[in-house]
Amino acid sequence: MNFGLMARMFWEFFKIGLFAVGGGPATLPYLMDLTEKFDWYTMEDLTNMIAISESTPGPLGLNMATYAGFHTLGTFGGVVSTLGLVIPSIIVITLIAKFLENFNENKFVQGAFAGIRPAVTALIASAVYGVCKVSLVVQTETGYAPAVKTIVLCVIVFALLQVKRLQKYHPALWLLFAVIIGIVFRF
Amino acid sequence: MNEYMQLYTAFLRIGGLTFGGGLAMLPMLKYELVEKKNWITEEDLLDCYAIGQCTPGIIAVNTATYVGYKRKGVMGGIVATLGMITPSIVIITLVAICLQAFIENVWVQHALMGVRAVVCALMLNTVLTLAKKSLKNAFCYFVCIVAFLLAMFVPIPTVCIVIIAAVVGILVYAVGGKQV
Repeated sequence: MNFGLMARMFWEFFKIGLFAVGGGPATLPYLMDLTEKFDWYTMEDLTNMIAISESTPGPLGLNMATYAGFHTLGTFGGVVSTLGLVIPSIIVITLIAKFLENFNENKFVQGAFAGIRPAVTALIASAVYGVCKVSLVVQTETGYAPAVKTIVLCVIVFALLQVKRLQKYHPALWLLFAVIIGIVFRF
Repeated sequence: MNEYMQLYTAFLRIGGLTFGGGLAMLPMLKYELVEKKNWITEEDLLDCYAIGQCTPGIIAVNTATYVGYKRKGVMGGIVATLGMITPSIVIITLVAICLQAFIENVWVQHALMGVRAVVCALMLNTVLTLAKKSLKNAFCYFVCIVAFLLAMFVPIPTVCIVIIAAVVGILVYAVGGKQV
């Protein structure tokens, strides 16, 4: 068992737990940073991770951490990365519950979060751009080419998601639809 | 059953039976914690949610720690959080093992390529929803655009962008006196 790698992974996910403000999707930019820093998983793996996290029970951020850890170090890796992600929460929330009665009414806290929220939206947008780039473009011998079928399906589903009546359907159902289309049309 | 066990199993059910974190979890939390167990009031739950959103980490985990702490102190917070993460670890590990076994299969490959297209659509939709919710005035648009440009074109760690945004927010709102 590789303890050095395990400690490294625990530390990286600890940092994500400490700095990802805004829940599940906010972990995405950090998970993408990891693809650049380490060869633990690729951008393609990250896309699969999102799909699996969205279609299984449990919070998105936890599911992604478990999957990333598993992908790198097997079952134990999944446990290590998930614990790394939640330990900052346990510490921070316990301190707040113990010492700060009106934490979220403090004007410095409110000010900080008024700045952080739009920035997190931008960070997630930039991470999603990265996910789209690896999914909607294919590498050929001569360079890059648009993956036409994938782009068409993406645009259709995105348009359907804007229809109010269809918004109540769970992401897992859309992903099931994607599996069927992918197999039938041989993506 | 002692109260630690109850905390563990309540959050085990919440983690194992709700799809998607954050707001999607609110009805389930309300049912388990307010209606069934009477552990906290609905107001406490909403407060706790507000704190969960203003603190780093996964919102569902923050809620678990908070409720657990309020019931049984530090150990309670730890036990509730362990309950919340157990289903993710078990389910994701099983799914990942299955996927690893079949990933070379050509039909699985076709399916995954289709899934990728829909993941892009879902994530773009998430960004759109978030933007609608978080971009309320000119200041928000400014921060968002600058952060986006930094993230795309400057090799700067994500953490730094978050810290800069927090400092700017404090200067403008808390020190500068702009209304939130």
